[in-house]
Amino acid sequence: MATPAANLTRKTDIQSADTFIKGLWRENPVFVALLGMCPVLAVTNSVINALAIGLASTFVVTLSSTMVSLAKNVIPKQVRIASYILIIATFVTVTEYMLQALSYDVHKALGAFIPLIVVNCMILGRSEAFASRNSVGLAALDALGMGMGFTLACLSLGTVRELLGNGTLLGIPIFGPSFEPWVIMVLPPGAFFVLGMWLLLFNWFKQRKEAAE
Amino acid sequence: MTVSQTPAPAGTPAMAIQPAEVSSARMIATMAGIGIISGILLVVSYMGTLPTIEANRAAALERAIFEVVPGATSKTTFTLEGEILRPVKDGEKPSERYYAAYNDAGELLGVAVEAQGQGFADILKILYGYSPGCHCVIGMKVLESKETPGLGDKIEKDPVFVSNFEALDMSLGPDGDTPANPVVFAKRGQKTQPWEIEGITGATISSKAVTNIMYTNSMHTVALLEHNLQVLKDGNPSGQLDPQD
Repeated sequence: MATPAANLTRKTDIQSADTFIKGLWRENPVFVALLGMCPVLAVTNSVINALAIGLASTFVVTLSSTMVSLAKNVIPKQVRIASYILIIATFVTVTEYMLQALSYDVHKALGAFIPLIVVNCMILGRSEAFASRNSVGLAALDALGMGMGFTLACLSLGTVRELLGNGTLLGIPIFGPSFEPWVIMVLPPGAFFVLGMWLLLFNWFKQRKEAAE
Repeated sequence: MTVSQTPAPAGTPAMAIQPAEVSSARMIATMAGIGIISGILLVVSYMGTLPTIEANRAAALERAIFEVVPGATSKTTFTLEGEILRPVKDGEKPSERYYAAYNDAGELLGVAVEAQGQGFADILKILYGYSPGCHCVIGMKVLESKETPGLGDKIEKDPVFVSNFEALDMSLGPDGDTPANPVVFAKRGQKTQPWEIEGITGATISSKAVTNIMYTNSMHTVALLEHNLQVLKDGNPSGQLDPQD
């Protein structure tokens, strides 16, 4: 690898930016990789819930990826999955305490889904596939990008579902009193329906882009 | 001790890294190390957030109490000892609790009572306010519910249903032990008596569940509160006796 120093810096910069951005769009954990479906479908019935689960997951994935990357040389390969889960579970519990202290109502609304962040495949996936074989900085950037992508996806579902199913955004009425809420949208079938629509849109964009190339 | 000391470059497939032989002792030591660090982190965050979490819980409960007993500004928690109510001592956490709510002058406005029962989905927990002045229920709030969003959760939002609990008659009968007219369910638009609870079309099971919870609980609680009225009146936090005495 005898690359000139300047070239190397530029390459690293591009790599860092790409590491962050790919999670938002090209490798979006929800719309492209279809990971973490359980929280995405279950708790996105309102914008505030979607935002809370998204940010909580971002917090957990960023901290655990950073930790995994820091400890990658210490953890023997044979016990790596157990170690990652332990690290992730610790941060999830910390997040749960913090959320409970920040907002009692949001914590009540999210119920069992905060502890279930532990088994979100996106988080273990980033630890195993990226953080355990990259530098701390890159691992943190990658996790932050993936977390933001996950949050965006949750918000995409939450916005549509709250708007159609309740006629509100963040609890503020949008359509006026004559609007008849489309109740199915805040129920589980609505989650599948809206997710399907977003996937359709994403795949349509992808196909169009591929056709253009 | 050398387990791929040099991190593989990005994009290297997982299979390319051959796990080196590692002693069991080292694996156990690693897991134990991570466990200890995790434990410390958990204890620190638990201790750090506990006071805020407890304050949040107490504030949420207080908000709910003042909501079901409108006009109240202070409360005293009572618990049951046999058939007698007594104020809860500091640090005591009894399972059965009654919250007497007072206004600024220290007058007893009402008592908030927790009640629960089977809803359409899972257990429903409600808090209702009983006013000894009008012998009626003056407010109701759903504390915990997993009722269907958009349908069953109307028990919290439907204005007609909520208005059932603004003056729900609970006057005791001649026996002095049970309400003269126990609460009953009425279909939408068919409520004629002050002890009837008008249901919600589209949330029949949930509104019937609330009626059942109110019925079951009020059958013994109303008499209990009426028999202990003096204790409740004297229990205001400011310590002054009820001016009506």
